[in-house]
Amino acid sequence: MFWGAAALFALVMALFAITYLRREWLERLSPAQWIVGGGLILPMPILVLLTGTALVLGEQLLPHGNAPVRIEAHAERWHWTFTYPGGAPMADDVLHIPAGEPVDIVVTAGDVIHAFWVPRLGGKIDAIPGHTNTIRLQADKPGTYWGQCAEYCGEGHDTMFFRVEAHLPDDYARLIPGAAQ
Amino acid sequence: MSQTPTPLRLHKELDRIWRTPPGIHRLSSVNHTVLGKRFMVVALCFFAIGGLLSMLIRAQLATPNSAFIGPELYNQIFTMHGTVMMFLFAIPMFEGFVIYMLPKMLGARDMAFPRLTAYGFWCYLFGGLILIGAMLAGVAPNGGWFMYTPLSSKPYTPGINADVWLLGITFVEISAVTAAIEIFVSILKMRAPGMSLTRMPLMGWYMLVTSGMMIIGFPPLILGSILLELERAFELPFFDPTRGGDPLLWQHLFWLFGHPEVYIIFLPAAGALSTIIPVFAQRPILGYRAIIAAIVAMGFLSFGLWVHHMFTVGIPHLALAFFSAASALVAIPTAVQIFAWLGTLASGRPRWDIPMLYVFGFFFVFVIGGLTGVMLAMVPFNTQAHDTYFVVAHLHYVLVGGFVFPMLAGIYHWMPHISGRQSLYRLSIPAFWLIFIGFNLTFFLMHLTGLMGMPRRISTYPSNWGWDWLNLLSSVGGFILTMGFALVLADMVLQFRFGRFFRRDPWSAQTLEWATATPPPSYNFAAIPRIDRRADQLEPAKIGPVLAGGSGYLGFARNGDQETMGVEMTTGAPEHVIILPRRTFLPLWTALATASFFLALLFGLYGLTPFGALLTLVLFLLWPTTLGQKKDFGPVSIGMGETAVLDVECTSNVSILANRAALVMNGTLFSSLLFGGLFLLVVAPNWQGIAPLDLPIWLAVVAVLAASLSALCCWMARRANTAGNSAGVPLALAGLGQLVALGLLVGLMVWVPQPTEHARQAVIFVVLGYAALHCGLAALMAFHALLRLHQGYLSARRQTECILAWLWNGYAAGATCLALGLSLLLAMMGQIP
Repeated sequence: MFWGAAALFALVMALFAITYLRREWLERLSPAQWIVGGGLILPMPILVLLTGTALVLGEQLLPHGNAPVRIEAHAERWHWTFTYPGGAPMADDVLHIPAGEPVDIVVTAGDVIHAFWVPRLGGKIDAIPGHTNTIRLQADKPGTYWGQCAEYCGEGHDTMFFRVEAHLPDDYARLIPGAAQ
Repeated sequence: MSQTPTPLRLHKELDRIWRTPPGIHRLSSVNHTVLGKRFMVVALCFFAIGGLLSMLIRAQLATPNSAFIGPELYNQIFTMHGTVMMFLFAIPMFEGFVIYMLPKMLGARDMAFPRLTAYGFWCYLFGGLILIGAMLAGVAPNGGWFMYTPLSSKPYTPGINADVWLLGITFVEISAVTAAIEIFVSILKMRAPGMSLTRMPLMGWYMLVTSGMMIIGFPPLILGSILLELERAFELPFFDPTRGGDPLLWQHLFWLFGHPEVYIIFLPAAGALSTIIPVFAQRPILGYRAIIAAIVAMGFLSFGLWVHHMFTVGIPHLALAFFSAASALVAIPTAVQIFAWLGTLASGRPRWDIPMLYVFGFFFVFVIGGLTGVMLAMVPFNTQAHDTYFVVAHLHYVLVGGFVFPMLAGIYHWMPHISGRQSLYRLSIPAFWLIFIGFNLTFFLMHLTGLMGMPRRISTYPSNWGWDWLNLLSSVGGFILTMGFALVLADMVLQFRFGRFFRRDPWSAQTLEWATATPPPSYNFAAIPRIDRRADQLEPAKIGPVLAGGSGYLGFARNGDQETMGVEMTTGAPEHVIILPRRTFLPLWTALATASFFLALLFGLYGLTPFGALLTLVLFLLWPTTLGQKKDFGPVSIGMGETAVLDVECTSNVSILANRAALVMNGTLFSSLLFGGLFLLVVAPNWQGIAPLDLPIWLAVVAVLAASLSALCCWMARRANTAGNSAGVPLALAGLGQLVALGLLVGLMVWVPQPTEHARQAVIFVVLGYAALHCGLAALMAFHALLRLHQGYLSARRQTECILAWLWNGYAAGATCLALGLSLLLAMMGQIP
């Protein structure tokens, strides 16, 4: 996407420069060639390809069926509470997940709109009072990932961080006993 | 009118009619040249304020863990930066430009409703001052320029901060609404004779589509603001999920306005580019018809992609795919325009001058913004980049590239028209490079910080995440950018002081605005030309002196009236003579009365609000008293050996067209309200377990009957009037019938049990209120027509008031039917025991 955009940008800039510096190169193009060529033939295939790819990719990222692990994330100004299957809510701004398998995070909010986002695990979903949203994440490797609220929620928005700890499945089962299937 | 006066004498005679006298009388000006300049100057002041706020933002973000301004102040500052730039700078700036330029480009002597222009200006100024005053008092809005609920609702913003936004912006929006209708009508009806739609310069087409988009695009925002203010002030729940409301309704209403808004800002700028580029390419624009098709396509598409601001709210993926594709599709009409401009340059003999420097800046910046826009239209990318600095970078590339650079090109292109002097150029070139380099340094790096995970709207960030030096460089770039703007300002001042005078048309442009003298006289053209070719291929330097000599339409001063030509909408054939209202203090008084209403609401003095509203209404009722004719004149001379009737004797005059446009706008507002009700019914939480309401159906049926019969009476009144019979009785009956409907609807509103308890009752309450208000307005229109009839302003030829009464009564009847239909549907919701 970046290289495509860079190429298109270079094309427009080059054409602009040519109109002043080497006008004779472009003089023979007719109006129809400019409009149809630049306005229709150039963007159409690119857009079709892009939108198609995005649709397929987006479809793959969706939570199809039920993931084995479902964790509830509840946002309130300005902290996160995570509830594991069969467990009590944990309000320490730390989310434990098993690495290497898909996890569904069920996101809700108690006061205003927040958004659940772990940049390195990709994608975000809004936490909207009165609504329940689900996002599927997968951490390929164990480790610590930072998460943050991505929707402006007032004065504490700056500091509404949370930590995601991805564990090996065995460690995860030991840490969150209720989560064992 | 047989002997032609000398140009100088003609100038003196016309100027005596049209000019704005000095001193305190300046405040009574309704002249579009004066008001256009005022709009632009005030907008530039707000631009400076918005720029200052952005400097504070960049100072705060220059270093990590900054303690320069805390989050509380920072939130006010970024909210105000966005709000000021969008509502107080961008929209009024192009409104001012269009108000100043459009009549001159199209060959008219003023806009269609000069007093409305003045009223809009005062509303803009007073509304803007409320916002800035609140900021100085430290109670500026702090919920973001998008004001998402519930953050902006009472429990989470208990102060008046959010009210300042909702009321201040709605007040300012009055000017956008009036300008939209006025621009739309002026383009369609007030061109030089012979200028058919297909001969209109592209700027006219751009503004026709833009004003049409404003007519449909602004009502959702205004409705949203009214509903949120009702929730904040009177506890009516529309957005509160615990009482059957839904925060997502606000987002839909906001972006239903907010996305078209971006194109509303871009299209006038693109119109300026389509005017400037052919001048410097020294050939007519390439692909005139293709560009028109592209503009219209953009107008339609822009209403189908608001959801791309809401990709992460949890809407089903396939629905997102639709909006994603629609968003990507906008790239096509944009590409058509970009390549038409490039082709124009390539196939002409391009000259290089300061405006072209900014056109180059536009191409560079806007193309990047467009490409990142296509990226953001892709759902998987969007869910990652949404609400990060990548979006901040994108939107600044689009808005600064798509509006500020073309605006600067326009300033350098048209400033000589305003000042009568040419630019000096000493400062222009370094100013451009400072702006260009400063802008790219500031915002290009934000793409990177965004991709590195920096979210928007944070007042500070930890230092170990690799964002530090990028932010520092962004801040440095921001200050370079500001220096560039300061130089442009200095350049403008110097041009007014020391620029060289010129005769006419310094750029050899081919549009009509350069045929006026410069600076332009109060009446624009001493005579209005007949256009016999496409109006972007004229020779202003040649026709200017001819017009100044009085050869053309209306090349005389008659009865001390402000006359200009009204034409048939599509063909541009001369149709009627428009007599415009003279200067008056009424717009100022009316705007002050309106301000008293908004201030009373803002400070919670609800007992005083009816007085402000009533005073505004009474003052508005004084407006038509100076208009109209008490006898039929028949066709009068318009010069060039032709005749035309006066506006009051023409049934397609500007007043009637404007009222039709206003009803379309009003209908959009009402549809948004109906949509809101149905949306809550289908989507919102907490609608289970409510009991059905026992709406008194007979009251509703009688109300519908009363409103419908009144509409029928108005229709009969119109027929009677056209046939030369008296329309008095049916008009009186219509007015009385609407009053009955009003009474019944108010009765139903009182019946609604506890409207603050659940969104269902709140929606019924507001929908009924809307219908009641319109029955009241319809009664007013009917009684007004009756009054005018008695005063002798109506005849079989002079039908305007009768037609207006019919339009508004018909609308009120339709609104009452729909309102009661929705109320009934909502009332039946719930489990029947």
